[in-house]
Amino acid sequence: MKSFKQLKGLVFPLDRANVDTDAIIPKQFLKSIKRSGFGPYLFDEWRYLDHGEPDMDCTTRPLNPDFLLNQPRYQSAQILLARDNFGCGSSREHAPWAIEGYGFQVIIAPSFADIFFGNCYKNGLLPIVASSDFIERMLKESLASEAYFLDVDLEKQTVTLPTGESFGFDITPHRKHCLLNGLDEIGLTLQHGDQIRSFEARHKTVQPWLFA
Amino acid sequence: MAGKTLYDKLWESHVVSEESDGTCLIYIDRHLMHEVTSPQAFEGMRLANRQPWRKDSIVAVADHNTPTDHWERGIEEPIARLQVETLDANIKEFGALVYFPFKHEDQGIIHVIGPEHGTTLPGMTVVCGDSHTSTHGAFGTLAHGIGTSEVEHVLATQTLIAKKSKRMLVRIEGRLGQGVTAKDIALAVIGRIGTAGGTGYAIEFGGSAIRSLSMEGRMTVCNLAIEAGARAGLIAPDEKTTAYLKGRTFSPKGQDWDRAVSYWATLPSDADATFDAVVDLQAEDITPQVTWGTSPEQVLGIGGRVPNPATESDPVKRAGLERALHYMGLKADMPVTDIQVDKVFIGSCTNSRIEDLRAAAGIAKGKQKAASVNQVLVVPGSGQVKRQAEAEGLDKIFTAAGFEWREPGCSMCLAMNADRLVAGERCASTSNRNFEGRQGPGGRTHLVSPEMAAAAAIAGHFVDVRNLY
Repeated sequence: MKSFKQLKGLVFPLDRANVDTDAIIPKQFLKSIKRSGFGPYLFDEWRYLDHGEPDMDCTTRPLNPDFLLNQPRYQSAQILLARDNFGCGSSREHAPWAIEGYGFQVIIAPSFADIFFGNCYKNGLLPIVASSDFIERMLKESLASEAYFLDVDLEKQTVTLPTGESFGFDITPHRKHCLLNGLDEIGLTLQHGDQIRSFEARHKTVQPWLFA
Repeated sequence: MAGKTLYDKLWESHVVSEESDGTCLIYIDRHLMHEVTSPQAFEGMRLANRQPWRKDSIVAVADHNTPTDHWERGIEEPIARLQVETLDANIKEFGALVYFPFKHEDQGIIHVIGPEHGTTLPGMTVVCGDSHTSTHGAFGTLAHGIGTSEVEHVLATQTLIAKKSKRMLVRIEGRLGQGVTAKDIALAVIGRIGTAGGTGYAIEFGGSAIRSLSMEGRMTVCNLAIEAGARAGLIAPDEKTTAYLKGRTFSPKGQDWDRAVSYWATLPSDADATFDAVVDLQAEDITPQVTWGTSPEQVLGIGGRVPNPATESDPVKRAGLERALHYMGLKADMPVTDIQVDKVFIGSCTNSRIEDLRAAAGIAKGKQKAASVNQVLVVPGSGQVKRQAEAEGLDKIFTAAGFEWREPGCSMCLAMNADRLVAGERCASTSNRNFEGRQGPGGRTHLVSPEMAAAAAIAGHFVDVRNLY
């Protein structure tokens, strides 16, 4: 996994609540057996005027001018700003794959759905929970600005606004460590192999039918 | 010291290790897999030259992409066929306890066939790269959806890295009226607490109305826990649970059975257990539910009217209502019973079990679908459900009513196969998500119970099913 330490990035504001993972990446793209290549289909039904299918060349598809991500000022955005319950619905990891594949590295929202939130960390994406007051303000300012940048520092756990004001965010020490160092969790867990085996032996004596 | 909840007991009996920040390594007993969320995980295993920690924990099935008619033609779309063939090859290479490939006589939706074969048992941890894994909580099981990276993590280590959730009790006391179902309970709960109401929680469903539900009904309730934001839904195991499981293929046998039943009896929440949140609903207050919008929380009783955004003072909520009304092609204040449907879908991991099909057939018997309804799909959840329904003559009732009787699979719940809505079409659906485009781009979904779906198929619009008994 790639690491994340610090980013000064352009913000794209997505001013709606309950953005579900079907909207982030529609089901037809889930037929891929690969882990990459989803970026061009991020928000497919909102972003394009035609119906998207896997392997389509998106450079020639008609863009929806009403979807803000298509505006020139948001090109090369790296921070996605959203509202409550972002990433609800299906557990598809294709959603963070599409967001990361597009070029986003950070998502800031007042709240996230649980499964999506966990999936982000597995892909070098940093989801940040911010207070509703800061979200309102950042949405307003980024919608009014030609280029709105935020500075995200994972080591210090801070987000700094263009005015120099900043707010802190929470992250578990385990997730922070993995993200800062781009660690492979499976490798880390396998270092606990003996503990897993001894748990398994105890578990077998309590519920032997699970191993029959 | 306060007693423990069912969730506490399941969690504590699976902790392998715990870090100082509360991050735990949790042992996983059952790993359910399907073709959509597993290929990248197997590829990761292959690249790292790893083998599954415990291949006998794996139960796999092809369900999302499989067609529900003309099985003799196979899977016609090449990219979908490749995904299913990739699962075939991965199971062959890495192994499994049991695999139900496309066209297997017992093939069906993972959350229907797992319990059917006794591979979901009380006291277990169960995961799957699928958010509706919460279904299995109906057995007193800690079951939830995971992402594909976690699928690979479970394959390689038999564990998950997780933190304990908060505990919520949703208590429904009283008796449900005739025509009011487990689906209506779940939708009413989502309407009450919202689609994020359960975020961060494991929800235990309790109370006399829950205890009176069959195992099928309990699975429907737990299935929809994720639509309330909770990864896991739980119901305490009881004599109905053991009666359902006895004699199934992978249920414990002989002495193991007796030991298991004794162990399961220790699982229900202690009388003095405490929860972080409690929500109470009265069963008599719940009416047949219909979602009107593009989120499961946008739900009304059958006697309700579509909301009017003008009466909403919060601008974010007002914009959300306006967008949903526009997408759904509905007018503010219109009665739910005036909403006309073009298609009806009876199926999905929420409502495709034998009890669901019996309920729908009970409404359809001797009737005809309305001429204005283009298609009514009835898709059983598994080969076993299909054979049972046919033995009871339910298929004949459906086809005589002008409904289509199909092969098992996920079908039009998420429209990965050929079963889908076209833009603008409106569907009464027994599935679980009414998101924009879920059943096909531009499609409009109203979530209802099997009884309500069948009644809408007959009338051509939503009707109060309670008037039909």
